[in-house]
Amino acid sequence: MSALTVEGLRKSFGRLEVLRGIDLEVAEHEVVCLIGASGSGKSTFLRCVNLLEPIDAGTIVVAGEEITARGVDVNRVRRRIGIVFQAFNLFPHMSVLANVTLAPRRALRLSRADAEGRAVELLERFGLADKRDEYPDRLSGGQQQRVAIVRALAMRPDLMLLDEVTSALDPELVAEVLNVIRELAAAGMTMVIATHEMAFARDIADRVCFLDEGVILEEGSPDAIFTRPREARTQQFLQRIVEAGRL
Amino acid sequence: MPEPAQLGSRRSRILGGPRSEGARSTLIAVVSTVVFFGLVVLLVTNAPGWPEVKRSFFSGEQFRESLPDIASAFGLNIRLFLVAEVLILVFALLLAVLRSVPGPVFFPLRLLATAYTDLFRSIPTVLVIYILGFGAPTLQISGLPTSPFFWGVTALVLVYSAYVAEVYRAGIQSVHPSQEAAARSLGLSQPQALRFVILPQAVRRVVPPLLNDFIGLQKDTALVALIGPVEAFRASQIEVAGSFNYTPYLATALLFILLTVPMARFTDWLIARNRRRELAAGGR
Repeated sequence: MSALTVEGLRKSFGRLEVLRGIDLEVAEHEVVCLIGASGSGKSTFLRCVNLLEPIDAGTIVVAGEEITARGVDVNRVRRRIGIVFQAFNLFPHMSVLANVTLAPRRALRLSRADAEGRAVELLERFGLADKRDEYPDRLSGGQQQRVAIVRALAMRPDLMLLDEVTSALDPELVAEVLNVIRELAAAGMTMVIATHEMAFARDIADRVCFLDEGVILEEGSPDAIFTRPREARTQQFLQRIVEAGRL
Repeated sequence: MPEPAQLGSRRSRILGGPRSEGARSTLIAVVSTVVFFGLVVLLVTNAPGWPEVKRSFFSGEQFRESLPDIASAFGLNIRLFLVAEVLILVFALLLAVLRSVPGPVFFPLRLLATAYTDLFRSIPTVLVIYILGFGAPTLQISGLPTSPFFWGVTALVLVYSAYVAEVYRAGIQSVHPSQEAAARSLGLSQPQALRFVILPQAVRRVVPPLLNDFIGLQKDTALVALIGPVEAFRASQIEVAGSFNYTPYLATALLFILLTVPMARFTDWLIARNRRRELAAGGR
């Protein structure tokens, strides 16, 4: 069974149609990278999959359940889908541990001890154990983003959506976050990753999708997309990336 | 980006703050203060009517005589203030939350809450106190309290909740939408996101303006005198009526000053602390 099936997804903001019919199928344990220029719809697509944006048309099926159907409990759906944002969006008034345990305690109704056990285990795994009592503003950007990933993982999601998670980081902090994602991929997490890190996408993705003006214009293996792009728009995009020294 | 320390010194240079130039500016501040207030005192004490004013407003004897009675009546102001404040904090938060609930289903609630804040911010507090204090007991509904304390507190709560609700609402709106998105994306419900993520941040940010409203509330407890209870202002009126000397009014003013000035200083201190924290967080 596929982890995620999206068919004919359309989304407009006012008169601007951002997604113009997206079809995408993601298998279990697969890592799919979305690339494309800013404004091509990558972030909007991820927000739609997590039901943070209401969609205009199409269907989204997660592990066999149509989550865009009428009467679906969005809170229950979101518990199975983790999303990590470009700007971290940690809760600034809470310690790291409280950030990570909030949703397991309140949404999953775990006991405090169970939730903290889960959180500590994850924080240790990603080298953040000594930060458990710190507040977000005391952490570096890379540490904040790793906490944000841990916060999403604490819900034990079936699917992780990563929305340009390294774009707000200083260059020297990017690697620590990418390493976390590599580890997740190695552990078999199903992920859809919107990214501007082409070398990383090439390295980690099972499949790369090039988004252009709200549609997936071209998709294929990283090798196929990065070395033998078919579409002229894909070639142009990659050419600009190469010129910018990013590939 | 400049360090916070640099920012601070640049700002104080622009505003002419005392710290940047050290001892010299402190000296200038002291001298100008002494000269200014010296002139004011000279002007007032040399005014033709000063002896008369001094006798009727600054009588030490009257002050000593009236102060105990007024001070004990002032206990009622403090009780009015404390009871009203607790109720306002709760009621206003409810109003603010009602105004912030999204979705077309809740439009009537938002409409009601909006109408409420508009209504009670537009009627003078004195009128609300009069209408409730004299009107409500006249209804003679059994079970409805008739005590002026009750209706005084009710009037203050109704009026001040409208202001405080707006303060809360500004706080709620100042929390970035991405915080709600982050909370909802983790599977928290709308009320859970509000309770655990948005309100704690909102309330922290609005503590200084809330305290500012409460300084106003402390003073407006004197208005409740108009429907009967003998609080400090009413007590001083009684003293004045007996002696034809206005010093008791000054004694009452002093009591209010003693109550509100520490609160005002505390508010400023909180604002300064929040600013320091923001600078520290922004510079990292």
